Amino acid sequence: MSNPQQLRYSKEHEWLSDAAEGVSTVGITEHASNALGDVVYVDLPEVGTTVTAGETCGELESTKSVSDLYSPVDGEVTEVNEEVVGDPSLVNSAPFEGGWLFKVKLTGEPDDLLTADEYTAFTAG
Amino acid sequence: MTDAPRRTALDATHRALGATMTDFAGWDMPLRYASERDEHVAVRTRAGLFDLSHMGEITVTGPQAADLLDYALVGNIGGVKPGRARYTMICDAAGGILDDLIVYRLADLEYMVVANASNAQVVLDALTARAGGFDAAIRDDRDAYALLAVQGPESPGILKSLTDADLDGLKYYAGLPGTVAGVDALIARTGYTGEDGFELFVRPADAAALWAALTEAGKDAGLVPCGLSCRDTLRLEAGMPLYGHELTTATTPFDAGLGRVVKFEKTTNGGAFVGRDALAAAAARAEASPPRKLVGLAAKGRRVPRAGYQVVAADGTVIGEVTSGAPSPTLGKPIAIAYVDAAYAEPGTEGVAVDIRGSHEAYDVVALPFYKRQK
Repeated sequence: MSNPQQLRYSKEHEWLSDAAEGVSTVGITEHASNALGDVVYVDLPEVGTTVTAGETCGELESTKSVSDLYSPVDGEVTEVNEEVVGDPSLVNSAPFEGGWLFKVKLTGEPDDLLTADEYTAFTAG
Repeated sequence: MTDAPRRTALDATHRALGATMTDFAGWDMPLRYASERDEHVAVRTRAGLFDLSHMGEITVTGPQAADLLDYALVGNIGGVKPGRARYTMICDAAGGILDDLIVYRLADLEYMVVANASNAQVVLDALTARAGGFDAAIRDDRDAYALLAVQGPESPGILKSLTDADLDGLKYYAGLPGTVAGVDALIARTGYTGEDGFELFVRPADAAALWAALTEAGKDAGLVPCGLSCRDTLRLEAGMPLYGHELTTATTPFDAGLGRVVKFEKTTNGGAFVGRDALAAAAARAEASPPRKLVGLAAKGRRVPRAGYQVVAADGTVIGEVTSGAPSPTLGKPIAIAYVDAAYAEPGTEGVAVDIRGSHEAYDVVALPFYKRQK
């Protein structure tokens, strides 16, 4: 699998797009969606919620398990992907595209986000 | 346990197929190959191929093999005809379930006991301890067999193309020796999916060739390799119990609604069998005032119940506990098996919910199984 070069990554397996007018898109990586298996339910933060880097802001349920969703950055949620709420399998079929989870207006970000190459190395072991 | 997980004879096959592997009862087993939902649907509608080589085979032979098994297990094993199989249990003296088993009578004086991987040593030890005074021999055959299963409506056609054995004459819960794709096999019409299907006990050295032959023979019928993840959702829909979830040493067969497997009427050994007195008491208790009953729960919403989650009444009182739960591909919603207080166990009972990480999610109480195949 390849991790898109233009994204940055958290060690909790979220990806973050470059901010456009201060707003970034967040999803989980293909590595994470493969590890989860078929995602059957996503619980996303509500629009307007303040999220904090490294803290849980939702849940992803698969056949075998439930996993917390962590925000990779600080900010305020401006939009959630209603399509993925209706069809959680998008997280598996298109984790970097149609399976995005929410958009966030950045107020701060940690200094340990990874580049695509760093994340690929991080998940190689 | 510090030991590295054991690998089956099909390990290289699984890796070549890109399986996601998992440690299960000390074995490195395929969890899924691609989408577990697709694998589940394949078994319900076409066919699936499983590696179940982690299951524990124990052979019991000798003039008193039947008497020993009648004493050691709760079922009427002497009454099983050669070539047939029986679902049964082994209990401790207090009536607690040590394992649930399938016992195949391979010949007049030869039985094969198939135990769950997690309990195979417990079952072997218990049988050995209970064998004193019987003219019978117990053999640990865990390493003697690989086990492949072909399950699903297309499985008879697929298997027929590879064997001359009389599959039409092979009833559910029967087994016969035969040759499949040139490989010696015990062909059993058993499974854990709720579908028609076969389990093939073969020498480990033959497993990879048989897997390849079944894959090829099933290609046009839509057979896919299947992992333990879909095996679990298939058995859950079919209402089949899983040891460690619905069945434990703290439960008797009567608590699990499976009292029918206990045969008090058997006459071998003067009617004596391990756990008899405790089980008779458990049967009377279950009859008079069942404490909790095993029921099905079907979600009104979309959040998935997991083993250990509490079942609650409308006022928040805890009335039971989920033993298994998963999203059901066939029903299209989460389902669970749970022990609930008898007052709430009737299908259609209102106001039952599952506490899913602090949120009380509404569930319908339904009869088991969730899914029954059309014959």
